[in-house]
Formats: sequence, structure tokens, C-alpha cells
Amino acid sequence: MKRAAAVCGIGQTEFAKNIGRSEKRIAVEAIRLALDDAGLQISDVDGLVRFNIETSDEVDITGNLGIENLRYFGEVGWGGGAGCATITQAAMAVATGQAEVVVCWRARNRGSGGRPWAATGAGVPGHGQFSLPYGLVRPVDQIAMMARRHMFETGATEEHLGAVAVSFRAHALRNPLASMQKPMTLDDYLASRMVSEPLRKFDCCLESDGALAVVVTSVERARDLKQKPAVILAGAQGTGPEHTPMTNYHAPEFLKTASPYVAKELFARAGVKPADIDVAQFYDAFTPLVLLSMEEYGFCAKGEAGPLAAEGYLSWDGGKLPSNTSGGGLSEAYVHGFNLILEGVRQIRGTSTSQVAGAELSLVTSGAGVPTSAVILASD
Amino acid sequence: MTPARPIPQPDEVTQPYWDAAKRGELVMQRCGSCQRWIFQPKLACPSCHSDELVWEPVSGNGTIYSFVKVHPPVLPAFKEKTPYLVVLVELAEDPGLRVLGNLLDHDTSAARIGHPVAVVYESLDDGVVLPQWQLTD
Ligand SMILES: [Zn+2]
Repeated sequence: MKRAAAVCGIGQTEFAKNIGRSEKRIAVEAIRLALDDAGLQISDVDGLVRFNIETSDEVDITGNLGIENLRYFGEVGWGGGAGCATITQAAMAVATGQAEVVVCWRARNRGSGGRPWAATGAGVPGHGQFSLPYGLVRPVDQIAMMARRHMFETGATEEHLGAVAVSFRAHALRNPLASMQKPMTLDDYLASRMVSEPLRKFDCCLESDGALAVVVTSVERARDLKQKPAVILAGAQGTGPEHTPMTNYHAPEFLKTASPYVAKELFARAGVKPADIDVAQFYDAFTPLVLLSMEEYGFCAKGEAGPLAAEGYLSWDGGKLPSNTSGGGLSEAYVHGFNLILEGVRQIRGTSTSQVAGAELSLVTSGAGVPTSAVILASD
Repeated sequence: MTPARPIPQPDEVTQPYWDAAKRGELVMQRCGSCQRWIFQPKLACPSCHSDELVWEPVSGNGTIYSFVKVHPPVLPAFKEKTPYLVVLVELAEDPGLRVLGNLLDHDTSAARIGHPVAVVYESLDDGVVLPQWQLTD
């Protein structure tokens, strides 16, 4: 699959607290924009890959776009863990001849649609029966438990977490499409209210409405289209052992998420090392996930991520690994990390508002704390 | 009326855990082949793949492995309890054996990672009993 397929088109709606249109409508809008961006027609599309929790299915999309027939369609589970895997599935479909032009998308009205945890029912089946009855209900609570232990074991501090939020906010200020346009200092971060100690409001991602789509085709065909191809160098998925989604507290190693399993496959398949990566988009539903990912994807040793973040490592302005250069889930929009994929593509095209000069290798990671995925995009 | 609190919905694998709590016992699965402790409950041992798992009582002693202090907004059922502590307890039997609960002490200010705790049982209105935790010396 290496270098077999490329992202040839990207499209997105605006981000808003209340976009005022249905998830189905914004999904179709984003897909149309991505096809226009690529210079392809609706009639070219013969494959779709979606998040399994997407509210619009294949039939909704084919019917409302006017696609005659899908030769390939697939879906990936685990919420925010799914994003990069949809791109990988699309690349596999193209590489094996199942389809030629595959669209992946995420449309989510999370800003206006309410908080999923608020719909928790009285009787809790499955993994949650050991956590929800204790009031460990919200994603922020579930990640805070890991964050506290990570801080204890590595010496990471709240200022280190704050450095992540402040770095990404600075990138959002350079991106006119980002939801957050107000500067944030470390003092602003520290002054934000506690939500689930040790985590504060500004450790948490935004609550956004919006839709994004990408179009994947063969590298060969992508070369003849409108945009510079973002070649899918490698993609990988992972679960790790004895995984408990969002409360991964029972695996043999507490602070080992699915990410290092993904990282091992990803870098081996790509034939590159973390040090070769020019720019990264780390899944940032919560700031501690960024520190964990820096360590688990091999950019530094355990315990080094916090101090590095505080020294500006993640910053576009002089950092060693500019990350979440559109503002990320913390400051651009939170659409289950799909906006990170589009930003990863823009970095290869050279069109980011915080462009890393000459970026040739662009890493994007998906949800940490759930079964997850990642991709490395490359210039042709 | 207090809004409904989420309660466990046991299944064929987890039922013995919740039944034991009603008797005032904390039990964990253990592998009959390699003797490994297992939680959350499973159909087979993740280490040696044996399906001969047995439920064994544990001491109910442990230490705080991690904890969070939950502030609003929360589910209506938990609103009056805020801020409250959820602790992840490492049981004395095995460093890898960890279970969640609330710290029920009136004063939780002494809570820190490594602090010893002991199991207590909280009965809810609907006959459900939850293993919970209190700080010990
Ligand atoms: Zn065993």
C-alpha cells in the first residue's frame, strides 16, 4: 500500500457553535467541496468510508449526492480513534482495485447537539458498569485519571499542559477559520475553571458543529488532478492488550495506550523515523493526550514531553516539531480529529496558515484512550 | 426526588462480582491455570488463554493509584455530590489489579497517590451495592 494512494481533495464547512443545518446536509456540502477541490465529479466517486457513529450512512450520501453505485464502502469504529483509519481503508481499497475514488468524511453537530455523556441511561452494560455508577462519566474525567498518574510518574505539571493549550491557540490566531480568535496566555490557562482535577476548561477541546471530507485516489490519478497530491505513505491501527475504551486502566501497563502499537507499525511501514517527521497533528481532545502521544509516538522519552512543550517544541514559531498548526481540537474545532487530517494534507500542499517550510512528512494521529489509528502523509 | 443514578447492568460474566458486593464481599477473577488476577471480568485468561477462571475473595485493601476530583457540569444524579473524588485503587493482591470507586470520606483532602484505602459497601435505593473506598492509616 505504500505510496499507492493519495489525498487529492479536501473540503469543509465553516465551524460553529450552532451551524443551523443538519449533519446530513453539512456532510453532503463538505463532500461536494472536497470533490471540487480535487477537480473530480460526483460521478467519479465509487467508494465511501465513514465513522460507524456517523449519523448519515452510505445510502444517505449516495442518494443525496447522486452516486449511481458504490463499489466499496466501509466503516471504522471507536469515535475519535477512527479518523486516520478511514483514510487507510480508502487507500487499501484503491491499492487493491476495489474502488478508484473514495471519499471519507465526518459531520458532527457536537456544538448544538448536546453532550453525549448527558444521555447516560440508568442501567449501564459492558465496560461502563465499572465506571459510570461512580460518576466517572465524561470523557474529561476518564482522561483526567490517566493525566494524574502521568503527572505523578513523569513530573509533568499543569504548566506543561498549559503550554500545549497556549501553543495551539497561537496557531488558531493565524487561521481565520479557527473558532478561537482570542489570545491565550499561561495565566489565562491557569485561571480557567477546574472541570475534572487535574484538568481545567482549557485542557478540553471545543464543542463544535462542522463537517469535513477528503478524497482518496491512486497517486497516478492524483498527479493529473488540480491539487498537489498528499501521498499516503503509511497508515496503521491498533488496540493494545486488554483495552478498556476511554477507561484503559486495566491493561498490564497503565500508561500504555494503543498509540505505541500504532506507532510501531506506522513507522515500520513508512520506513521513516519520528525524527524525520516535519510536522504533526496530534489528537488533542485533551491536552494530556498530546504529551502522551509525543512520548508514545517516539518523539521523546517518557517524561520529556512536558518540559519540551514548555520550551516551545510544538510551536510553529521556532519549535522543533510544529504541531496542530491549524489550532487543533483545542482551538480550531473539535470534529473528532478530522480537521487534523485536512491540516496534515495542507502542510504537504504548502497551504497551511502556519506552514512549515518544505514539509515533506506530515504525521496525523487519531484518538488516544480508544482503539486508534494514524497516518503519515508525504509529498510525491 | 433525586434523578436516577447510573447503576451496573450485570451480564453473565460480571454477575458474580455484583452478587458478591451484595454479600459484602469484594471478589476478583483468577486464572486456575497461571494464577493471574483478572479485572475487568473476562471469558478467558488474557495471559495464558485458559478458560478455567474462578472468582476469589480479595482482602479489600489497596492504595490510591490515581484519582480525579469531579466538578460540574455532571449528570443530575451526581450534582449534589460535586466536587467528588473518583479513585482508581490498586489492590494489595497484585500491582496490575485496579478497580474504580468513590472515596466516601467526609474529608478527602488527604487523598494522594499511594495513600492506603480499604473497601466499604454503599447500598443504593434500588438494591444495588457498590464497592467503595475509605482512607486508612
Ligand atoms: Zn492464565
